[in-house]
Amino acid sequence: MAQFDFSVVTTGEFRQWLVQGFLLSLRLTALTWILSLPLATAVALARLSSVRPLRWLSTGFVEGIRNIPLLVHFLFWYFAFPELLPESARNWLYDHDAETVCAVIALTLYTSCYMAEDIRSGIRAVPVVQLEAARTLGFGFLSSMRRVVLPQALRIVVPPLLSQTLDLWKNTSIATVIGTGELMYQAQRVETASFRGVETFGVTTLAYLSVSLAITAAAVLFQRGFPARPT
Amino acid sequence: MIDFRNVNKYYGRYHALVDVTETVARGEVVVVCGPSGSGKSTLIRTINRLEEIDSGRIEVDGQDVHRSGIDINRFRSGIGFVFQQFNLFPHRTVLDNCTLAPVHLRGLSGAEARDQALQMLNRVGMADKANAFPAQLSGGQQQRVAIARALVMHPPIMLFDEPTSALDPEMVGEVLLVIRDLAHRGMTLVCVTHEMGFARDVADRVLFMDRGRILERGTTREFFDHPQHERTRRFLADIRSPFGRTDPPSGG
Amino acid sequence: MIELLRTYGVYFLIGQFPHGPLGGLALTVLLGAAALVLAFPLGVLLALMRLSASAALRWPVTALVYVVRGTPLLMVIFWAYFFLPSLTGQKTGQFATMLAALVLFDGAYLAEVVRAGIQGLARGQTEAARSLGLSYATTLQRVVLPQVFRNMLPSLVNQFVTTLKDTSLGYIIGLQELSFVASQVNSQVVVHPVAIYGILALLYFALCFGLSRFAYALERRAARVDPEFRAANA
Repeated sequence: MAQFDFSVVTTGEFRQWLVQGFLLSLRLTALTWILSLPLATAVALARLSSVRPLRWLSTGFVEGIRNIPLLVHFLFWYFAFPELLPESARNWLYDHDAETVCAVIALTLYTSCYMAEDIRSGIRAVPVVQLEAARTLGFGFLSSMRRVVLPQALRIVVPPLLSQTLDLWKNTSIATVIGTGELMYQAQRVETASFRGVETFGVTTLAYLSVSLAITAAAVLFQRGFPARPT
Repeated sequence: MIDFRNVNKYYGRYHALVDVTETVARGEVVVVCGPSGSGKSTLIRTINRLEEIDSGRIEVDGQDVHRSGIDINRFRSGIGFVFQQFNLFPHRTVLDNCTLAPVHLRGLSGAEARDQALQMLNRVGMADKANAFPAQLSGGQQQRVAIARALVMHPPIMLFDEPTSALDPEMVGEVLLVIRDLAHRGMTLVCVTHEMGFARDVADRVLFMDRGRILERGTTREFFDHPQHERTRRFLADIRSPFGRTDPPSGG
Repeated sequence: MIELLRTYGVYFLIGQFPHGPLGGLALTVLLGAAALVLAFPLGVLLALMRLSASAALRWPVTALVYVVRGTPLLMVIFWAYFFLPSLTGQKTGQFATMLAALVLFDGAYLAEVVRAGIQGLARGQTEAARSLGLSYATTLQRVVLPQVFRNMLPSLVNQFVTTLKDTSLGYIIGLQELSFVASQVNSQVVVHPVAIYGILALLYFALCFGLSRFAYALERRAARVDPEFRAANA
């Protein structure tokens, strides 16, 4: 059994690479999250709208994105999409960290369609009678939504959204296929340079797990503090 | 045959059964009634150990039910239990629901088990639905199958936990008739129920429970004609009989 | 695009076969199916261990499930890629590597689904079976698990869809599945990336969308007939 030397990956240049990768993974997650949430809410509302074309469009959007693997999304946005751009735009893209930009686009679209479904379920789970009850008391539509429906929907929506956040965090690892320098990419780089598979992947796994467990802990705490009421 | 001796049970701090002592003799038909939360379901569920007890002793046919080390499966196969929610197995036909236990516990062959099951289904009037699935039956029909399922094991004792409470009113009668038939065959029955007309007609003794205690006990006649406690009288006054007879509040 | 389809259509569908190993869409489906078939018994086993009365069985499995579900699949694939050869003593092919990773990953996920299914089954079912005198094992085998599996069927089909999408990660270790095949075509053709990746997307879409509609139809049919199913999938 070869001797394991963790100092190789926890000090010096290799450590630098891994830390940079970890930070980029976090940034990708945060950026995607901020962009996905409003997009997902819009799509969810469109899915619930009474306007047919809106419903069809949003359903097409969700089904189209959901049924294609995330890897293919990355490949498309990085290798195919730039070809569709006019030359100047393409050059701008390549000058401005195309790997990260394309990764964020792919991740945002993919994550938002799953979030949209969760938000839609959340809104639908609040019984219509709640809105009716608020209206009968004299509140306007938006006011009723704000005071009565959305708070209840929020309680229902937060756990699945946290679950999506966990998936998002893990999905950032796939950006490695287009050369984005996030944690998985750096781990491969370190492993190739150092030949220390166990140490490199061990540390990387722990890094992923630390954030995963933090998200899971947040979900558990939320469930305890705000248990979803049975309808 | 069933002996309760100073039985106590707690749910956390809530005292669900308070020093219960009672005996049910062989062949007796005993009805247990009382307001909700009185502990009557808990009481009957301790007999086949669906609920544990905290102190005291319950003996069935001389055996201590809550002794550690008892072969609980063997013991339970000798007691029939009928639930308020029927609890038929939805993925199996009526017949398969009834043959599951005899095949696995008594070692009967498939054919023997089917014969016995059909006999019991006949007795409850459900033989023609032997190949139907529970989802295709009405509540009353399902409950009758549940009774047959328990009967196939030929238990000397049958326990009923509010067998008609989950049924629509027009189906209550068909189930009570089946239970009455069992009573007339001399089985030992303990039945938790609100059906006072049924109790009057079929039971030998009635127990009234309130807040974990057996408040009143007596033969059926004593119970209905001369209830001793004010609480019992109030309870009787609040109950109406679906058999068409409204019992006038009796006593002073 | 039509030209591309004509020239490379078969390659997309079955890879280099018969002049080489099976690849493309066929390999994707084969890998996905094999993974799910093997992951299912593993998932049931892990679920039963999670629910076991013995802490010695419960804790390691719970830890394993949490670790596997908190780790990216890609990480699990790399672990398999680098360490299966030393574990088995022989060089492990890409298919075997992907299969091992997927079975572990899906098994951990299915363990949670089965566990939730068992715990979610109406308590009355177990009570009725135990009241008849049936043992814990017989109750599990004849009453609980048959119902849990029935209720799980749409989940399983959806899991199959997810697994099919996950097979695309085989690209990274050079497995000749559909995405890898597409990128090989792209490196040959060079000038039509939009068409090629468009075809790739369409193929996955057809496969996955078709299967999820099937799962939906299954769900509708079962919910109509079985109140237990409805309760379990509410």
